[in-house]
Amino acid sequence: MKFGVLVFPGSNCDLDAYHLVRDVLEKPVKYIWHGEKKLDGCDCIILPGGFTYGDYLRPGAIASFSPVMEPLKEFALRGGLVLGICNGFQVLVESGLLPGALYRNLHLQFRCSSTHIKVENAGLPFTNLMRPGQLLRMPVAHGDGNYYCDSDTLEELFRHNRVVFRYASPAGETDQPSNPNGSLANIAGICSEGGNVLGMMPHPERAAEALLGSEDGRLVFQSILAHWGEK
Amino acid sequence: MKKSVLDPQGAAVEKALAALGYGNVGRVRVGKYMELLLEKASEEEASAQVEEMCRRLLTNPVIEEYTYRIYRADDGVDK
Repeated sequence: MKFGVLVFPGSNCDLDAYHLVRDVLEKPVKYIWHGEKKLDGCDCIILPGGFTYGDYLRPGAIASFSPVMEPLKEFALRGGLVLGICNGFQVLVESGLLPGALYRNLHLQFRCSSTHIKVENAGLPFTNLMRPGQLLRMPVAHGDGNYYCDSDTLEELFRHNRVVFRYASPAGETDQPSNPNGSLANIAGICSEGGNVLGMMPHPERAAEALLGSEDGRLVFQSILAHWGEK
Repeated sequence: MKKSVLDPQGAAVEKALAALGYGNVGRVRVGKYMELLLEKASEEEASAQVEEMCRRLLTNPVIEEYTYRIYRADDGVDK
């Protein structure tokens, strides 16, 4: 299974994602520059965290018109696996591949901290090794992670099990104090209708080695490999 | 920002105004202001293009609203 990590001007977690695939998963991986017009046969595309185009206009807005987004949209529509992390999630909502918007954290602070997220949908290519209700610990680092959508969209997300992760307390309560940014319904990650596109604000790639304080994030990537029939 | 969307910046500015003694101020919303020069034959055509640009890039219709005004540039220099 071959991974591709998109690189936009201002991406800064591209190295983390690349390191994770190459050194932790020990799978083939390549960087794909945002000006490319093809995805080079990759089976899973990661949109990494960072501050594409300096977050000018809105986070992810300008990157969502990069040339590489055309083949990415076609890839996603064909069922290709796409994982957007943090700024990558922002690019996915701006491009319309995922619904809603991510805007300024309600408390206006840039929040860099460890969070717990609760697995709401364990039946996806990204979550199949998790248990429903399982708590994962991984960091967030963002100023614009406040998820918003209209009430019809929110209802649709819950009805079709598209809310994948929600911020929770260490005891598993999806309560207000556990919400690091003001997101509706403590939403930390959502998926596309087909379940093949996942966007999440927390950083699984920064929590995939014991040395980094948590290995929970590795489950996302191991699930992808399991879905692909690899280990 | 749409009325249905909480505006954290507006709320912070409102609090700061209250702290300065302007306690009678409410419903503060912080938005963006952009200027651009556009070459089009008519105001109608310019308007159609501005609409399209607002929808596609300049605003996010999920959380934002927009209004715009079109002026004739006298000399083509930005002002």
